[in-house]
Amino acid sequence: MQFGLTESQEILRDSARKFFAGECPIAEARRLMETDAAYDAKLWSKLAEQGYTGIIFPEEYGGVGLGIVELILLLEESGRALLPGPFFTTVVQAGSLIDAAGSPEQKKKYLAPICHGETRASVAFLEANASWDPADIHLEASADGKLTGEKLFVPDAAVADTILVVAHNGVFAVDSKAPGLTLKPMPGMDLTRRQYSLKLKNTPGEKLANPAGLPRARGIATAALVAEMVGGMQRALDLTVEYAKTRKQFGKPIGTFQAVQHQCADMYLETESSRSAVYYAAWALEQKAPDAATAVSIAKMYASDASRTVGNRGIQIHGGMGFTWENDLHLYYRRAKASETMFGDATFHRERIARQVIDTSTFVAKTA
Amino acid sequence: MDLNLSIDEQQFQDELRSWLSTNVPREWEHAREQSLDVRFEFHRKWQRQLFEGGWAGISWPKEYGGRGASLMQQVIFWQEMARAGAPQMANVLGLGLIGPTIIAFGTEEQKKRYLRNILNADEIWCQGFSEPNAGSDLAGLQTDARLDGDHYVVNGQKVWTSYGWLADWCEVVVRTDPAAPKHKGLTVMLVDMKSPGVDVRPLRQMTGETEFNEVFFRDVRIPAANVVGKVNQGWDVAIGTLMHERGSFGAGLQIIYKRNMDRLTELAHSTQRNGAPAAKDPIIRQKLAQCYAEIEIMRLNQMRAFSRISSTGVPGPEGSIQKIFWSELNQRFQQVAQELLGPYGQLSSEADEAIDNGTWSYGYLRSRGNTIEAGTSEIQRNIIGHFVLGLPRSY
Ligand SMILES: Cc1cc2nc3c(=O)[nH]c(=O)nc-3n(C[C@H](O)[C@H](O)[C@H](O)COP(=O)(O)OP(=O)(O)OC[C@H]3O[C@@H](n4cnc5c(N)ncnc54)[C@H](O)[C@@H]3O)c2cc1C
Repeated sequence: MQFGLTESQEILRDSARKFFAGECPIAEARRLMETDAAYDAKLWSKLAEQGYTGIIFPEEYGGVGLGIVELILLLEESGRALLPGPFFTTVVQAGSLIDAAGSPEQKKKYLAPICHGETRASVAFLEANASWDPADIHLEASADGKLTGEKLFVPDAAVADTILVVAHNGVFAVDSKAPGLTLKPMPGMDLTRRQYSLKLKNTPGEKLANPAGLPRARGIATAALVAEMVGGMQRALDLTVEYAKTRKQFGKPIGTFQAVQHQCADMYLETESSRSAVYYAAWALEQKAPDAATAVSIAKMYASDASRTVGNRGIQIHGGMGFTWENDLHLYYRRAKASETMFGDATFHRERIARQVIDTSTFVAKTA
Repeated sequence: MDLNLSIDEQQFQDELRSWLSTNVPREWEHAREQSLDVRFEFHRKWQRQLFEGGWAGISWPKEYGGRGASLMQQVIFWQEMARAGAPQMANVLGLGLIGPTIIAFGTEEQKKRYLRNILNADEIWCQGFSEPNAGSDLAGLQTDARLDGDHYVVNGQKVWTSYGWLADWCEVVVRTDPAAPKHKGLTVMLVDMKSPGVDVRPLRQMTGETEFNEVFFRDVRIPAANVVGKVNQGWDVAIGTLMHERGSFGAGLQIIYKRNMDRLTELAHSTQRNGAPAAKDPIIRQKLAQCYAEIEIMRLNQMRAFSRISSTGVPGPEGSIQKIFWSELNQRFQQVAQELLGPYGQLSSEADEAIDNGTWSYGYLRSRGNTIEAGTSEIQRNIIGHFVLGLPRSY
C-alpha cells in the first residue's frame, strides 16, 4: 500500500507541468480568453502530439491507455495553467462517455479521432431545471432517433464536431452541423470555458450502445474536474504566498502578519485535503472499488467549497491588486465558480453521500 | 500510487480482522458510565490483550516487543480497529509520542528498559512539557536541572500534564544551561513519577473531570542515564516528540471518530424531527454527510502523510495540517451532534433521560480542548506559514 506517486507518475506530472508552462503560459490563456471560443488549433495539435487527447483511452483507438490516477495528474497541471478551450470537455467529458457507452464501432468512429486530435466533442446534459440528477432529464428522442428540445450550459459547443446529447431514453451522438441544431452563447464568469444553449429540432442522432456507462463516465469526469480545481487552488496558493513574501507594509512583508499567514495556512490545508480526496477518488474509480461513487462525491463536495474559499482568501490577501483585471487570481476564481456547480455543487454531493452512507447504514434496518 | 494491499499486508489484515472479531470486548459500550479510573483500567486491560496477541507497536522493532512491521501496516491496524469498533488503548502518550521518541533518540539501554512496558501498558506515561509560563512558547520553560554527580537535581513545575495522576513515567523537558539562548539550554529526561519530590495535583477541567494535572518537582534526583539524546540539545528531541504529536497521533483518532459517526447516524434514524426520523431531514442530512466526508478526508490525509513518512523516515512540519484537521473537525462534529439531539444533547450522565450516558455533552465540552492541546490551532498555522510555506516568522 502506497499513497504516493510512483516514479513514472511523477515524470508524467513534471513533463505536463513543463509542457503547459511552455505552451500555455498565462499570457496565452489571456489571449485565448479574448477570442470567440477560447480555442487554438495549434495548441490543440500539440496536446494531441503529447498523447494527452488519448491519455486514458485504449490503444486500439489510438489512445495511450494510462489510468485514471494519471489522468488526474494531467488535469491538475492543466488546471494550474488555466488551460483554456475544449480539452476537458472533449477528452474527459465526451471521451469518457463514448468510451463507457459506445459500441466498438462507435468508439472507432467517435473516440479514435478524439485520441488523434482530429475532432472535438462536447456533452449536453443540463436542461432548464439545471439539475445534475439524470432523473430530471426530460428531452426524449423519437423512435427513429430524432431529437427535439433544449439543452443549456453545453461547454465548448461552438468548437465541437460532435455533441453527445443525454436524453431521457439514451445518449445520442449528434453532428454539430446536423439539421435543426442551433447554438447560442451563454456568456458567464469563466472566460476560458465557454457555454452555449443548444436547440434541437428533429435533429438526427446516433444512439450510443450502452447508456448504462453514463454514471461511470460522470464519475471520471467529476474526479478529473476536481483535479483541475486542485491545480487552480495550488496556483492561487502559490501566487498568494509569493505576494505575501514580497509585498511590504509597515516596513515588513505582509506575510509576517498572522491574519495573512493563517489564511495562507488554511489555503494550504484546503488544497492538500482536496488533493488527498481526489487522489483517492481516482484510485477508487480505477479499481472500480465499491466506494468509488462515494469517494467521488466526497472529493467534489469538499473541493467545491474549498476552491471558492481558497480564491476568497487569495484575493483578500492581494488587497487592491487582487481586485484588478490585470491580476490573474480572478481568472482562477471565475473558473472555480463555474466548476463549483458543474456536476453538482457541495450541497448536491452531500445529499448523494447521505444516500450512500446514511440511508444505507445498517442502523436503518435495526430501527425500522 | 497503489492502495491495494501487498501479500504481506493482506495477510496482516486478515489475521488482524479475525483476531479482532473474537477479541473486541463488547461490554465496553457501558464503560461510559464509569469513572475515569475504571475506564482507564478497562483500556489498560484491552491494551494488554492486544499486546499479548502481538498487536501493540505494529511498526516498533521486534526486539523491544513490537511487531517489526511497516508503517503502512500500522495504518492498516488503525483502520481495522476503527472498522471493528474496538476501544482505543490506554497508554496513549507512551504509544503515540514517547515510544517513538525513545526509538528515534534513545540509547540501547533505554529502548530495552522502556519500550516493552509501554506496549504492554505496565508503565503508563505522561508528557511534562508545558509550564505555567511556557505554553505555546515552550522553549521559554524554566524547570531547572543541575548536575550533581551522576544525577540531575530537578526543581520546577509542569502543568496540564494529562494522565499525570496515574502515570508511572514522564518525559520532561528541563533547562540544563540557564546561560544559553532559550532553545540551546534544554534537555529531555525520563522521570520516574514515584521519585521523592514529585508531587502531582489534579486539575479540574471544564468537563468536570481531572484528566490533567500540575506536577511539582522539588529536588527530584534523576539519573543522568535518563537523559534522552544529548544534554542541551533537548529542543531537537522535544520537536521530534511534537512532530509525532501533530503528524501521526491523529491517525489513531479515526477509531473514535468512526465510532462516533456510526453512533450519530444511528441516533439520526431513531430521533424524530418534524414528524419523521431526523435522518430524513434535509439539513441534518447535509450536516451528517459533511461530517462523514471530513472524517474520510482526515483518514486520507493521514494515509498520504504516512506514505511520505515511510519514505522520508520522519514526520515533517506539514503534519500540522493533520492536527488542525482532527481538532477542528471534532469541534464541528460535536456541534452537529448537539443540533441533532436538541435539548437532550446537554444532559449529563446523572440525568436518567441522558442519551448514551451523557457522552454527547461530555464530548461537546471536551472538544474545546482539542484546538489547545498538542499545540494550539494558531501555533499550527504559524508552523505551516513559516516552515511549510516559507513566510517570515510572525513573532
Ligand atoms: C486537554 C489538554 C491536555 C493537555 N495535555 C498536556 C500534556 O499532557 N502535556 C503538556 O505538556 N501539555 C499539555 N497541554 C498543554 C498544551 O500543550 C498547552 O495548553 C498549549 O500548548 C497552549 O499553551 P498555553 O495553555 O500556555 O496557552 P498560551 O501559549 O498562553 O496561548 C494562549 C492563546 O494565545 C495564542 N498564542 C500564543 N502564542 C501565539 C503566537 N505566537 N501566535 C499566535 N497566537 C499565539 C494561543 O494560540 C492561545 O490561543 C494540554 C492542554 C489541554 C487543553
